[in-house]
Amino acid sequence: MAEDTVADIKRKSMTIIVTKGSLDWGYPPFILATTAAALDYEVTLFFTFYGLALLKKKLDPKFTVLGNAAMEMPMFGTHIAMPNFMAMIPGVDAIAGSMMKKMIKDKGVASLEELREAAVLSDVRMIACQMTLDLFEYKKEDLIDDIELGGAATYFDIASRSHINMFM
Amino acid sequence: MAEHTLDAKGLNCPLPILKAKKMLKSIPKDDVLVIYATDPGSVADFAAFCSQTGNELLESGQEGDVFVFKIKHTGD
Repeated sequence: MAEDTVADIKRKSMTIIVTKGSLDWGYPPFILATTAAALDYEVTLFFTFYGLALLKKKLDPKFTVLGNAAMEMPMFGTHIAMPNFMAMIPGVDAIAGSMMKKMIKDKGVASLEELREAAVLSDVRMIACQMTLDLFEYKKEDLIDDIELGGAATYFDIASRSHINMFM
Repeated sequence: MAEHTLDAKGLNCPLPILKAKKMLKSIPKDDVLVIYATDPGSVADFAAFCSQTGNELLESGQEGDVFVFKIKHTGD
């Protein structure tokens, strides 16, 4: 059976491989997925490794200042960078995470929960990597209901017929 | 041809677009959706949204600090 090529596909389509699950890295895939869906794209997200954390029923994304050289928090009328050693001080990551969440709320930016819910409601197809589930000993029941399980071959089957494919 | 209103003031990307899409789906074809937003990025985004979805951007303007868009529901 001949597969459709990208040129044959009428509906615009996009996939993103989601590999990171922290508070800040959780945003780009969900923002792009929900926006693409609003723009009538057929969207598939493939969650693998730490990206899988974004599918947990209780979404509790963590945040770290470690290795984040470009991160500058707006404070005291200026921007304050966080040196790496700060992450070693107990509580610093939690405080920075709370600050980030407060900033997100104050600036009218959607929470990750809201964006994930919007993704579900706009029929974004979400596939959890079966191998990652096995590796990190997650059960499908730990994740939200609106997902399917699949592997790399499943991803390629969809990606080869999608207009836009990204890795985050 | 009725007019519907969406207040997206104070919301940031991509919420104005998501809410506009949801509302457009719920209104009859050829009706007009008037959107009020404060996100400066929404000026470029609503133009792009319309060109991607086949809806017609009738008007893109500004009243004080508020951006006003009029979109005719001509897309799917």
